[in-house]
Amino acid sequence: MTAKGITPETVPALAEFLLSMADDEFVIGFSDSEWTGIAPILEEDVAMSSIAQDELGHARALYELLAILLDDGRDADALAYDREPEAYRHASLLDHGRGDWATTMARRFLYDTADAARLASIGEGWPPLAELVAKIRREERYHLMHVTVWANRLAAAGGEARSRFVSALEALAVDAPSVLAAPEAEGALLAAGILNRPMADAAAEWRVEVARILDPLGISLTLYADPAPRDLARVPSTDFQWLWGEFTSVRRSEVGATW
Amino acid sequence: MTAAPPAIVEATVREALRSVHDPEIPTVSIVDLGIVERVSVTPDAIHVELLPTFVGCPALDIIRDSVIEALAPLGQPVTVDFTWRVPWTSDRISEVGRARLAASGFAPPAKPEDVHCPYCQSARVAMDSAFGPTACRSLFYCRDCRQPFEAFKTI
Repeated sequence: MTAKGITPETVPALAEFLLSMADDEFVIGFSDSEWTGIAPILEEDVAMSSIAQDELGHARALYELLAILLDDGRDADALAYDREPEAYRHASLLDHGRGDWATTMARRFLYDTADAARLASIGEGWPPLAELVAKIRREERYHLMHVTVWANRLAAAGGEARSRFVSALEALAVDAPSVLAAPEAEGALLAAGILNRPMADAAAEWRVEVARILDPLGISLTLYADPAPRDLARVPSTDFQWLWGEFTSVRRSEVGATW
Repeated sequence: MTAAPPAIVEATVREALRSVHDPEIPTVSIVDLGIVERVSVTPDAIHVELLPTFVGCPALDIIRDSVIEALAPLGQPVTVDFTWRVPWTSDRISEVGRARLAASGFAPPAKPEDVHCPYCQSARVAMDSAFGPTACRSLFYCRDCRQPFEAFKTI
């Protein structure tokens, strides 16, 4: 597999897009894996571990594609682990720590619905990515089912469960559209058929989908339109810096070791 | 006078791959699991293309090594690739594979309303969680024989 079929001018645009998508899956996967062993009920312990494993698998596959595209000697592990916190391109939504269970579910709900709209925006322009995305979408369906059940469960429970869930949604709503921020070189990705529609269209579809699920639960959430492009100069949150320390600690403990 | 050894053909390779199993599903060969996509045999090499069941499947390296080991007696260099070109779907599991899954206590993939208990065949079952101990399985409970069991996800 090579990056053939990609014009040299499209490479930086595609690389930036792949990196942000891979970082999103990596950060949410690693964050969610923190629930292993401490989830509120046993079946959730298993479910969150399984979802986290899926997300880390998606991240690995995306970093592998990025490694082929960049062809600079870094493999998927080097791309995932050997960067300073400032160099990660995850959405601001994922710059928040996992918080309590309600926050984790609110974040997953906003991310999974937005990610579904993003995945639906990926065209056939670069077959290796289109093929991987087709496979990933089959798995993400289960994550959406899982989080929709939880949204219903927390909202219907009333009391503290509902109020914590609604507060978490409101707190995260400001950053949620960041998942669908247009890549800086969106025009190049559209011209190459790597994207089949502008991210603004994906964001519009996402807002309708969020309302379709939350309206019957009596939750009305304002999701701001047209997020700014991902801020490349963003200072990572202390939550993310802590997480970075965790997920790179083994890798840094013995440089070059194989496991 | 000794006859030349029989030429290796695709069927020989596929037959040899019947001894290879996904370590998470030890009763079903990778052939019956439907993950063997392409087998090509050239005069000096064997190439096998496999479809991962899940993107994050942690067993891929083990399966690759098992394939190389199983084909070693054929005396040709073996290469193994994984591809997303064709997505693996649960309907690629063969009839033999489905029967073996059921015999070892796993309900084969089916719509949730069509899942039967692999122990007593009852249809009075309930899904406890879509997520089981591995990415490919869900947790169910049989209301008749009161046995928890795992069902393969439809994907």
